[in-house]
Amino acid sequence: MASPVTPYLEISQAIEDAGGEALRKCYQCGTCTGVCPWSSLSDFNIRKFIRQGQFGFDGIEEFMWDCSTCNYCVSMCPRGVEIIDIVRAVRRVYSEGGQLPESLRAFVGSLSARGNPWSGDPDKRNDWCRGTCPEYAAGTEYLYFTCCTVCYDPRNVHVARATAGLLDRAGIDWGLPSTNVNCCGESAAKVGNADLFERLKNNNIEIFESNNVKNIIVNSPHCYYTFTKEYGGEYKIIHTTELLADLIREGKLIPTKDLGGTRVTYHDPCYLGRHSGIYDAPRDVLRSIPGIDFVEMDRIREQAMCCGGGGGGLWTERNKGERLSDLRVEEALETGATILATACPYCISMLEDSVKTLGASEKIMVKDVTELVFESLESLV
Amino acid sequence: MSRIGVFVCDCGLNIARTVRVGEVVEFAAALPGVVMAEEYKFMCSTPGQELIQESIERHNLDRVIVAACSPLMHEKTFRKVMEKAGLNQYLLTIVNIREQCSWVIEDKDKATAKAKALINGAVHRSRLLTSLDSRMIDVQPGVLVVGGGIAGIQTSLELAAMGTKVYLVEKSPTIGGHMAQFDKTFPTLDCSACILTPKMDAVLQNPNIELMTFSEVTEVKGFVGNFDVTVRQKARYVDHDKCTGCLSCVEKCPGRGPSEFDEGLERRKAIYIPFPQAVPQKPVIDRDSCIYFKKGKCRLCEKICEQGAIDFEQEDTDREITVGAIILATGYDLMDTSPLVQYGYGTYQNVYQALEVERLFNATGPTEGNVVMRDGREPESIAILHCIGSRDKNYHEYCSRVCCMYALKFAHLFKEKTSADVYQLYIDMRCFGKGYEEFYNRVLEEGVKFIRGKAARVTDRATTPDEEGKLIVEAEDTLSSQFLRLPVDMVVLAPAMEARADAGEVSRLFNVSLDKNKFFIERHPKLDPLSTMTEGVFLAGTCQGPKDIPDTVAQAMGAAAEALTIVGKEQLELEAATAFVNPSECCGCHNCVRVCPYSAPSFNSEKGVSEINEALCKGCGLCGATCPTGAITMRHFTNDQVMGELEGLMEL
Repeated sequence: MASPVTPYLEISQAIEDAGGEALRKCYQCGTCTGVCPWSSLSDFNIRKFIRQGQFGFDGIEEFMWDCSTCNYCVSMCPRGVEIIDIVRAVRRVYSEGGQLPESLRAFVGSLSARGNPWSGDPDKRNDWCRGTCPEYAAGTEYLYFTCCTVCYDPRNVHVARATAGLLDRAGIDWGLPSTNVNCCGESAAKVGNADLFERLKNNNIEIFESNNVKNIIVNSPHCYYTFTKEYGGEYKIIHTTELLADLIREGKLIPTKDLGGTRVTYHDPCYLGRHSGIYDAPRDVLRSIPGIDFVEMDRIREQAMCCGGGGGGLWTERNKGERLSDLRVEEALETGATILATACPYCISMLEDSVKTLGASEKIMVKDVTELVFESLESLV
Repeated sequence: MSRIGVFVCDCGLNIARTVRVGEVVEFAAALPGVVMAEEYKFMCSTPGQELIQESIERHNLDRVIVAACSPLMHEKTFRKVMEKAGLNQYLLTIVNIREQCSWVIEDKDKATAKAKALINGAVHRSRLLTSLDSRMIDVQPGVLVVGGGIAGIQTSLELAAMGTKVYLVEKSPTIGGHMAQFDKTFPTLDCSACILTPKMDAVLQNPNIELMTFSEVTEVKGFVGNFDVTVRQKARYVDHDKCTGCLSCVEKCPGRGPSEFDEGLERRKAIYIPFPQAVPQKPVIDRDSCIYFKKGKCRLCEKICEQGAIDFEQEDTDREITVGAIILATGYDLMDTSPLVQYGYGTYQNVYQALEVERLFNATGPTEGNVVMRDGREPESIAILHCIGSRDKNYHEYCSRVCCMYALKFAHLFKEKTSADVYQLYIDMRCFGKGYEEFYNRVLEEGVKFIRGKAARVTDRATTPDEEGKLIVEAEDTLSSQFLRLPVDMVVLAPAMEARADAGEVSRLFNVSLDKNKFFIERHPKLDPLSTMTEGVFLAGTCQGPKDIPDTVAQAMGAAAEALTIVGKEQLELEAATAFVNPSECCGCHNCVRVCPYSAPSFNSEKGVSEINEALCKGCGLCGATCPTGAITMRHFTNDQVMGELEGLMEL
């Protein structure tokens, strides 16, 4: 503390070379730390992190895994600094140096060995469907790309089933990918493992190309973002909420069962909202359900609070009192809602976990928008 | 046979370092028609010019070629030398062997070869040049000043002091602009009205200034020295010749509208003067708030007015004026901060923008100079947020220049008028002017707290009992690396200074261009900041870019000087290198009229041929190239002359 420090520009250069050139643009105004959801919960300070990166100062390793890549800082930065790219670059430099934290090693290893982060058997990727789903073949109109989480996580499997049910009901020509596909790779990219991401990406791209895939439906905004911005193909990526909004507007799906005034609020997933600009479609879908009492939380749309699941956060252990999803559930409870709707498998996992640990299971339920719509359809006799 | 003199400049080392000038001179001297060739280190200097003049006389030259820098630099300089030596200035040719040769080529052989080729081309053309006579046009003596804020006022007073006739056109009912809304000005803390109103009165009293308020320019035709301008004087529904300014009508008027002068914080009457010191002191009726115009009833003002000055039948009138020069001084607007929902302007009633706060401080404002918020309370804590919309890629990348200083001014005034805690949230403190840094120091000593960190958010959700009922500003204090929640009663935003919303229309009216931030663009940012690319149209004040009052006044005085370079003369010399139409060859196709960017050609339907207005023509050559019959000749760039130059270029 008392001795003077000297800049260690080799580290800054390494960060820049790994994709963090945006370090140069930052003029340290502090807007990023001002908006970062972690600032009031922990000692993580994103501006200081960038400062340490600019000069190669010590201390950058301490908090580098905390960022959940929610994009709030990037969207508000007056200099247009690509802050998340800097975080990824720092993580890349350190993880390639063997410094990946324990809590993240399991999922990265699983991605590498099994093509999914849940240690699931790759051959069983489509088993959630119990054999009733069509398989995609060249010429099928839509590929329904199931996020690994909806394939393997027991809670999120219901989302996949609801989605499949909706697609069938609407008469969409769709199919599941073969079990040769793997994770979109988003989480690998965000924790700095660029090589693993490339491998996963290339495998998927090959399968998409050889099957002439044109339209891809996804549940996960993380898949949506990655396919749209980082895969670079000619496919049209459609999020389930966008598709549902269109189908409902066209009358191909008709939510019928009245919710009887149930109060529902909606959590904007960061990768659907801030990263991809989709705010209205999920709200339009929810509002079309008869009998819904739709209310907004305090922090919504571009100002929405992150659930903490991105950037590796889904696998990171956090101390009580430092969990963003706890705060988000509390915000939802404040509205008096009994259903907290969202549209992302990661958000669902994080929010469900918080509902349990806060002891609020009797007061509020977490549901995906697709589940709510599916449940509101008139049952087929 | 011509007697051509070639003068090749070293330009110090700028040319000589790359071009072998001695070799070029030898080459030139041997060319047919060339009588002598000389080298000199700085041809534009006095001895250089004298060399040319003496050579003309000694060798009886009838054509001169100067191979040196760009003609934009010194064509005028050497043309004067020609005149002094008794030669027509259009017998001069400038060859650019600097910007287009030595400055862009590294290889000496190539550069020298190019210089030779360029000079050869010039010699071929020079032989074919003819004398041309410049035309002189009469200059109209008046100046139009658009905008009656401090810039327009100052520039009008300067011009009037020189005996120039000024037409000052202002679109609102009074002059004074935004400066009239301020309370005190930094760094001297002069009362704004105290320094402004004497000037406003001086404008009113000055016999050389014709003040047209509540008026707008609707059309501009003509060219430098002779602008024909249409000014629309909007209907005031009050006859200002009969009105004595007693304002009894204002007292009784039942109609109400939002006060523009008070930034909407107060209501004013439908018949009104914007503020007590308005010039002229005579009211106008706002149709949108007048009960008679809206519902057909009332007319109380008409009944009260003893002079019979109310005239509901009044119509807009157009006035045609002719001036020699125009100065644009149309000012700025503050950015609307409502879209920045994170700061709560428009949502939380105690979030203010800068001009609203000026009105609070001002004794003629809605709270009579007391700091009282919209909810009636006096604040005990105030946060001033810098850079709202400025220095921000999401809104305006530029810095608005004045906000750091007025934020300090606000802090000082808050400390003077209240016992509140005052916080400033800044990224940098920009205190660049005379007395500015000292003012910053003074405000620090007054106990204002400075937080280096751009404010991220303003919220009213309390998380502790101390925060109840407060507005909480969230930001990082970067200097101590801590995330702050700052509970305050009042938040003041410093919004970006923007170009006026109608800048696009104004730019089209006056044929000036806008920069990427929609401010009017100057001819050169360093060396010609008050001229535009349209000759005779000048700029002053914030319409050219954000600036404070000292800079605005300086620019206004400068713009007056610029305008005087036009109207101070009785005649202007017109460039002779313009186009002209040979009427016997014109087929009346109108193509020249269609292609000209300067509206110089017009079709004379009586004669059935096109004619070119030589004052508007810039000699660009578009019409000459387009004319299908070759009826149009470009003086100084005739077909023969241009082909001659090409032959010379390609000969080597």
